[in-house]
Amino acid sequence: MYTPSIIAEAVVNGLLTGAVYALVALGLTLVYGVLHIINFAHGALLTCAMFAVWALSDGLGLNVYLTIPPLAVLFLCLGYGLQRWVIGPASHGDDGNTLLVTLGLSIAIENGLLAAFHADTRTLSGDAAFDVVELGPMLLSRPRLIGFGVAVLVAVLLWALLAGTDAGKAIRAVAKEKMGASLAGIDVRHIYALTFGLGCACLAVAAGLLMPTFYVNPRVGNAFVLVAFTIVVLGGMGSVPGALLGGLLIGVVESLGGLFLGESLGQAGIFVLFILVLLLRPAGLFGARA
Amino acid sequence: MLEVRNLVAGYGEVEVIRGLSLTVAAGQIVAVLGANGVGKTTLNKTLSGLLPVGAGEIHFDGARIDTASPSEIVARGLIHVPEGRKIFPNMNVRENLELGSYRRAKPRRAGNLERVFSIFPRLRERAGQYAGSLSGGEQQMLAIGRGMMAEPRLLILDEPSLGLSPLLVEEMFALIARLNAEGQAILLVEQNVVQSLDIAGTAYILENGACALSGPAAELAANPALRRAYLGL
Ligand SMILES: Nc1ncnc2c1ncn2[C@@H]1O[C@H](COP(=O)(O)OP(=O)(O)OP(=O)(O)O)[C@@H](O)[C@H]1O
Ligand SMILES: [Mg+2]
Repeated sequence: MYTPSIIAEAVVNGLLTGAVYALVALGLTLVYGVLHIINFAHGALLTCAMFAVWALSDGLGLNVYLTIPPLAVLFLCLGYGLQRWVIGPASHGDDGNTLLVTLGLSIAIENGLLAAFHADTRTLSGDAAFDVVELGPMLLSRPRLIGFGVAVLVAVLLWALLAGTDAGKAIRAVAKEKMGASLAGIDVRHIYALTFGLGCACLAVAAGLLMPTFYVNPRVGNAFVLVAFTIVVLGGMGSVPGALLGGLLIGVVESLGGLFLGESLGQAGIFVLFILVLLLRPAGLFGARA
Repeated sequence: MLEVRNLVAGYGEVEVIRGLSLTVAAGQIVAVLGANGVGKTTLNKTLSGLLPVGAGEIHFDGARIDTASPSEIVARGLIHVPEGRKIFPNMNVRENLELGSYRRAKPRRAGNLERVFSIFPRLRERAGQYAGSLSGGEQQMLAIGRGMMAEPRLLILDEPSLGLSPLLVEEMFALIARLNAEGQAILLVEQNVVQSLDIAGTAYILENGACALSGPAAELAANPALRRAYLGL
């Protein structure tokens, strides 16, 4: 019953979903790689972004993909401000405090959303989710294809920023050598905030790509961040290519797991893979070995 | 050009610099010497804004900089090449040098890069290599080159000869003298007392976080007390 074309379709679908997972993981791994903290507010911020997409798209009637550019800019600024004026000052340079501050922030955001929107689950109206494209023998979901394309585009843009601009080079410099960066005249607090902002901008894009096929409720971000965290560890903490490949891999494993074990057990495959990688390559696929 | 008055600084409650005064004039090499742990690196970190000033004043080019941020101090041209190099190991040689002009002299980046490459031909050969995989001597060249990319008005060198072979130490001092001959003001922190006094105009000997002895380097080199304490003569 598992004909090659069914398996191929599952693999391709996995890649499409995985690219969006990778985007969520990219934000997480970027912040970890530069600030050396795990941002516990990542999930809550993703939820915020998804509500924002829903509000602009269903409330104001904007095309869902047109909500992405303004929300990406908004979340860049929001993330910048959060790190620069809330998380940074509140943690007094202590990483343990930063964890608590981001955790506190996530609780505050989640409860704020619960108060505003209640626990209801919302989806975009319209039937974009059932829009399919025929590709040879495969039937693929159009929103997922678009999601894949946009996620790859964002990854390329991010890579170009990190490799080719002074701001990107400063981000890489701060990631590994804070004191040397300060002495080169790089304002470390600015770079921290910029990195956090870029992480949030990734979430805004991911939200715009998820909403056409997914739903939003005040806790929805957590599920994605659990997967994203797995991807980050899998790819190597702080590694950008690791997050991208890890995301695609997880997408495929989840999709094949769903095919062979049934929809509800699909995610079990992720954790089996996770444990295998940790046993065989503890630093992750792309992580520097200790 | 740099004037430090009664500086007090350290780490939180721990005072390391206790009332130090020091002057560097334009075009000069000033050597700062002293035993391990006396506070030379602490002084440099305070001058470049990495550590807060507890009391006293730092004037640079006529402006007070004791509350300025590290990046403002870099913008003014006070450039600190730190002990232990602190280069960016995950980036290649060229990118390291480019970041030297992140805050200052950016419009002249290409020309300055050429100048650094002609002073350190080894860096040109290794332009694409990751800085973390350079030898210790090459890393030191890179750290100095990165500092020069900002067109320093005053260059602070913290133990530039640390960990270099005797031959490279000679080369390093020759290079410092040559930069100075081209007009570069330098604040030189060193363990190699003889060679430092040889190229410096003025020297300060630190003890207990303050200046125990200072004066023209040639005079200090002949001072019997100093010769006993530092040279074992
Ligand atoms: N981060 C720090 N926190 C607390 N104390 C410190 C710190 N860094 C240095 N010290 C202390 O400050 C004193 C001066 O250290 P500093 O590094 O300035 O000495 P130094 O003169 O540069 O020595 P060396 O010649 O060995 O480089 C030392 O007693 C050192 O233990
Ligand atoms: Mg020192």
